[in-house]
Amino acid sequence: MRKPPFDPTLPGPRLGRAGLITAQVLVLVLFAVLTARLWYLQVPMSDHYRDLAVANHHQQLIVPATRGQILDATGRPLVNNRTELVVSADYHELMGMEDSGEKVLTDLSEVLDVPVRELHQRMRLCGPEVERPCWPGSPYQPVTLAEDVEPSIALQIMESADDFPGVTAQAHAVREYPYGAHAGQILGYLQPVTQEELDAREELRTQFTGIDQVGRDGLEAVYDAELRGTAGLRTLGVNNHGEVMDVISDRLPVAGSHLVTHLDVGVQKIAEEALKEGMEAARPRYRADSGAAIVMDVRNGGIVAMASLPTYDPGVWQGGIDQETFDEMLSEEAGEPMLSRAVQGQYPPGSTFKISSLSAAVENGFSLRSTYACPGSVNIAGQNYQNYAGGGHGALSLHQAIVVSCNTIFYNFGYQLWLKDGGLRPEGEPTEAMATMARGYGFGAPTGIDLPYETGGRIPDREWKRTFWAQTRENNCYRGEHGYPEVAETNPSHASYLKRLAHEQCVEGFEWRAGEAVNFAIGQGDVLVSPLQLTRAYAAIANGGTLYEPRVAKALVAADGSSVEEIEPVVAGRVPVKDETIEYLQKALTEVTKSGTGRGAFAEFPQDDVSIAGKTGSADAQERQVSSWFASYAPADDPQFAVVVFVSQGGTGGETSAPIARKIYEGIYGFSGKKDKDDDSGGGEPALPGGKPYSELPVVRSDGSIEVLDR
Amino acid sequence: MSTHTGAPLSGRRTGFGSGAVMAAGAARRLDWVLIVSVAVLCAIGSLLVWSATLPGDGGDPMDSTGHLRRHLAHLAVAWVACLVVASVDFRTVRAYAPIVYVATAVALVLVLTPLGAVINGSRGWIVVGAFQFQPSELAKVGLVLVLATLLGEPRDGESRPMTRDVLFCLLVLAVPLALVMLQPDLGTTLVLGAIFLGMLTLSGAPFVWVAGMLACGVAAVFCVFWFDLLEPYQLDRLATLVDPSADPQGAGYNSNQALIAVGSGGFNGTGLFQGEQTHGRFVPEQHTDFIFTVAGEELGFAGAALVIALFAVVLWRILRIALGCDQPYPRLLCVGVAAWFGFQTFINIGMGLGVMPVTGLPLPFVSYGGTAIMANMLGLGLVLGINSRDRGFE
Repeated sequence: MRKPPFDPTLPGPRLGRAGLITAQVLVLVLFAVLTARLWYLQVPMSDHYRDLAVANHHQQLIVPATRGQILDATGRPLVNNRTELVVSADYHELMGMEDSGEKVLTDLSEVLDVPVRELHQRMRLCGPEVERPCWPGSPYQPVTLAEDVEPSIALQIMESADDFPGVTAQAHAVREYPYGAHAGQILGYLQPVTQEELDAREELRTQFTGIDQVGRDGLEAVYDAELRGTAGLRTLGVNNHGEVMDVISDRLPVAGSHLVTHLDVGVQKIAEEALKEGMEAARPRYRADSGAAIVMDVRNGGIVAMASLPTYDPGVWQGGIDQETFDEMLSEEAGEPMLSRAVQGQYPPGSTFKISSLSAAVENGFSLRSTYACPGSVNIAGQNYQNYAGGGHGALSLHQAIVVSCNTIFYNFGYQLWLKDGGLRPEGEPTEAMATMARGYGFGAPTGIDLPYETGGRIPDREWKRTFWAQTRENNCYRGEHGYPEVAETNPSHASYLKRLAHEQCVEGFEWRAGEAVNFAIGQGDVLVSPLQLTRAYAAIANGGTLYEPRVAKALVAADGSSVEEIEPVVAGRVPVKDETIEYLQKALTEVTKSGTGRGAFAEFPQDDVSIAGKTGSADAQERQVSSWFASYAPADDPQFAVVVFVSQGGTGGETSAPIARKIYEGIYGFSGKKDKDDDSGGGEPALPGGKPYSELPVVRSDGSIEVLDR
Repeated sequence: MSTHTGAPLSGRRTGFGSGAVMAAGAARRLDWVLIVSVAVLCAIGSLLVWSATLPGDGGDPMDSTGHLRRHLAHLAVAWVACLVVASVDFRTVRAYAPIVYVATAVALVLVLTPLGAVINGSRGWIVVGAFQFQPSELAKVGLVLVLATLLGEPRDGESRPMTRDVLFCLLVLAVPLALVMLQPDLGTTLVLGAIFLGMLTLSGAPFVWVAGMLACGVAAVFCVFWFDLLEPYQLDRLATLVDPSADPQGAGYNSNQALIAVGSGGFNGTGLFQGEQTHGRFVPEQHTDFIFTVAGEELGFAGAALVIALFAVVLWRILRIALGCDQPYPRLLCVGVAAWFGFQTFINIGMGLGVMPVTGLPLPFVSYGGTAIMANMLGLGLVLGINSRDRGFE
């Protein structure tokens, strides 16, 4: 190649040559280091950085689905949606500020025109020590500070985002009740999702945008998933300023289905009004503190109307509920308005229970064709038991026993069946005919209605007694020995009575005594049923013996009408009674409103058009006024509806509940204006023209509008 | 200053005789491997500049070629300058070295006057109408030239630079170094220091001085960091070099985003114009200081390693030319240019790979920036000119 171009003896060039080769090696080494580092980043670590890159420029946006409406049977909306602007704040961002968001909240209070104190309160997380207003949801969701904000104010907040760090204003769908606050306990309400719920329900985590709410109580809770639909997920490509550059993927939200119920707004309104007026009429003679009225479709167990008083407006849940309202809704003085008496209440059924007792007697050897003595009182096991009004009726058929509601005949049935099992000392397994039949009618266990927190009622028998005794023995034995000194201070005689009672319970409390069996037969004592259970039992008599699981919901219809999922009636069982007995009961019940205990209430009712079959009940409980029942169905010859009315401490069945039931029937059939059966004026507008529940479903059109059924 | 010429003048004389033959011979003697390597780097750089300056809305790249066209114009002018310098005898260039040096020093002073403009926190620009340039880039050329003259032309009776020469060189270094530090521009300061140390080390100067200066350089860098002479943001950048993810939205942001861009490219890259990090503008200054991250993301390991390899070839060829020189002056000229390109490339790529602090240096031949491209090409021209002549004596 080349000759050595320099004098190798010179130290400079020599050093230069070695240095240059060193420099080349150095370059090679340094660049190899860079290449190795490049390899490390791009090959083994590439997935890691790819994930980071995706997190960097992919912004995931959860697009909430529109919540489905809750419709009545004809398609009228009981609950639908309204859009309002909500101002909310990021909890962690505000708390992370040097002044804990003080300045932001102060500025915000001026813009929103609410006291800064209120904003501070709403920023707090609810807890055992924190009273409402507070934030019941998770701190990882934006905390709602103001709802139903004027658009101009929301715009002001959004435009000056720098002045309100961590604060956002956005459109938010809220529930609206177009037909007013009806059926509050059935519909339920929405509340912000709590951290516990998010932890427990994985599907919620992927669904929630933050200010979303979850159904609590009622249909909103039971059908929460169906009503909520499926949230959409939009993945946006963003640049370093967070500006959206493109939509990478877009999964559209699927709107929640509309829930079509068996409810009828008209009948619901009538039932609520009739119950309210009836309770007012019972006062001040009776306390009439609470009540329930249920209208059920006997052919499938559908709930056409269900009223419970006292009630409340579910609109109070909108936004932050204040502590006063919240306390009031849970308080006993206000009558616990959130509690549905129809589903959650349990009361002694009184004489309405005789259908079960009669069935038990007939299925256990007592003839339908015999007559039975109905004296004014009977003496059983050394105790005197009286008819309700105290009078006797001589020998009665069972038909008459139901019509006039003779207690003594049923006392005897109870006693005889108790004796048959061996009385106090049963030999072998007792048949418990009365309790078994009661369970056959669906008492003593939840009906399985599609509403939460249903009660099961109570059907006592020997086994229950023993369990109950075991649970209470310790306390009873202590009291039986030491008495009630705190009661003795004011009322020594009552204290000694209580002490005796406690001692008795301690020693022989496990015994199912004759008196208890006797009281059981007329639906008194420890028997407790819910109005819903009783409605279903009467519906079973009306339809020939089929017990349905009651259903409020009838169908789920896609928001665009593309699919309809009918909620089929579920048969829970058959009443364990011969057809003959059912027919016998039907005839007897039909007579009650003509010549029996319901005669007064149904005087002048056009029975020729619609014959009502029913049974009154007046239940006594210690230290309480008599409670009023009326259980019925109609028309007697072609049963459609079962109607049960209950008024706690409302008087006898005939004087309070039967008239309420009558008003409900009049409303359904449009008899309210009729003076008597000869009046051909046509009366008022029937709530259910044709006198039948709707069997067809309202049509949801593809554009989302709903075609209301019209007869 | 440099009146002593140790080399024969025969080359120039023959050149005068027959220009065309001479030009053809010179062209044949040009280092074509070096030229092609730099040309490929320029081509890749143009594509990366183009990609890095797209608006990022997914539109047609043909619609936004503003930066690309300016970049290509810079390259065209710079290549012409390069070839002009390459065709001029390096001994002629040497005669102009003091003038170039003084001119750049004056320009660096002007930068600090109201004529200078502040861009990215550094008063490093002179703006005259639509024309703006960065004297600190040209100062690198000036420094290389004048140091080569001083260290490569020993006094009579000496075979290598002695203490007096070294002291004089230090003075020559101090002027632009101080002026650049006043801007402040840490990156260029380090490059000037690296050029000086590289040239001094290979100049044959007394070992004490070489070792002393190397120690001083290390100590200076250490002191600068230790005594808080740096702006707080620079210290932050150094701190985040240790752990880039410590403060992803703060000082470590640049470094972190650069790592994500490079790492997410994988072996094959996302493809030109397809990098989401690049087009989301997550890495700042990605058409200048962080251009290598665009290569990493869009061209992947294959493309980015090619860029590193091309730089290795460029440096190997420059040092090879240095090896071929029998004169200290041209050899030191090559060493200076190699120290400049090598140091700047290593710092720049290392910065993109998270192994060097963020100092704000362009990648030679690749980054966008007219003055930098011009300076790089002038440096290349000096090396090419040496190659075409220094071997002509055989």
